[in-house]
Amino acid sequence: MTDRATTTSAPTVGGYPLWEVFVRAKRGLNHVHAGSVHAPDADTALQHARDVYTRRAEGVSLWVVPSAAIVASDPDGRDDWFGDSKPYRHPTFYTIPDEVGHL
Amino acid sequence: MEQSTVTAAGPTPAERFDQLIAAGEKIEPRDWMPEAYRRTMIRQIAQHAHSEVIGQQPEGNWITRAPSLRRKAILVAKVQDEAGHGLYLYSACETLGISRDELNDLLHQGRQKYSSIFNYPTLSWADVGAIGWLVDGAAIANQVALTRTSYGPYARAMVRVCKEESFHQRQGFEIMMTLARGSEAQREMAQDALNRWWWPSLAMLGPPDEQSTHTEQSMQWGIKVETNDEIRQKFVDQTVPQAQFLGLAVPDPALAWNEERGHWDFGEIDWDAFWEVVRGNGPCNRERLAHKVKAWEDGAWVREAALAHAAKQEGRGLAATA
Repeated sequence: MTDRATTTSAPTVGGYPLWEVFVRAKRGLNHVHAGSVHAPDADTALQHARDVYTRRAEGVSLWVVPSAAIVASDPDGRDDWFGDSKPYRHPTFYTIPDEVGHL
Repeated sequence: MEQSTVTAAGPTPAERFDQLIAAGEKIEPRDWMPEAYRRTMIRQIAQHAHSEVIGQQPEGNWITRAPSLRRKAILVAKVQDEAGHGLYLYSACETLGISRDELNDLLHQGRQKYSSIFNYPTLSWADVGAIGWLVDGAAIANQVALTRTSYGPYARAMVRVCKEESFHQRQGFEIMMTLARGSEAQREMAQDALNRWWWPSLAMLGPPDEQSTHTEQSMQWGIKVETNDEIRQKFVDQTVPQAQFLGLAVPDPALAWNEERGHWDFGEIDWDAFWEVVRGNGPCNRERLAHKVKAWEDGAWVREAALAHAAKQEGRGLAATA
């Protein structure tokens, strides 16, 4: 997963694989990563995710994803990947006279 | 970013780490980090997680004897929260590359610690109130500071925990308030609980700064943002007026308002007693750990059955699609 030190192994607890939990806080918002749970299967993972991460109406929808299924970008490659070398992609790159008004 | 430290090839991972810390940015799981940072973080988060899990025991002790259905429902919810907090923290700890099985083993073998506060017994119902008010109060003082810690997953877990701790402290204070305004026997019960929990609550915030082996490096790395003594002073300043409101006496003859400092002065903590408990000689150390190990071992057949069920379901799914 994006939040894990290694992506190659699937850590277990007593043989239970790890699942990443994503919570939609309310309608209109994305699911956001909340943490992880260990569970033997998807249904139980969902149940645990509910018990651990939404005890106080923190969400209206849950996703659980096997941690081992998440492919993450290389944290050291960020400058190549996430650099911002094309300033002309930003609206502030363009100078528009004040007379034009809001544009 | 400091241009001066950026070479043609870009900063080294170690330089990048130092830059992030200096900029007050968070360190995330797959970032390069010094091995000592990783070890410190694992030790601290694991100890915190274990504390939440073991912390269920002293209060769980009173679930069957809670004085009303209302109190019982609240206590069950609180103990469930402690389990939840343990799980948030294990989840954060596992991002550092240690497995839950390893963490369980380290706790069960006594090679990682949990907070010394949970090695004291809960002798009366008032202890449930005192734990919520004082122990959770001290924990909040510590955890609010930790929401600003430099390791991202730990900081995020602390935000979640702090939101829930407020309920813990308020329900504890409400119990104390009810007892303090009750019969003479109830008032005495409340005072007795305060007498027994006050000093351990101050001590649980950790050794004084000049004796704390980890403080300096931990401050440098942004793991700790406030020292043990700073947090302890904050806790005392918050709590003394609350005790006064309850009409209960804080068991410290040296306690006095210091006008000049603008803080409460308080007496010397018995650190020898604290270290005795840390070394395993508190009233309940053996019992707490034995109970945890037994629960884990007793649950082995459930874990095996759940895995067998999962394997069977998966087999059926494959057969159906074949």
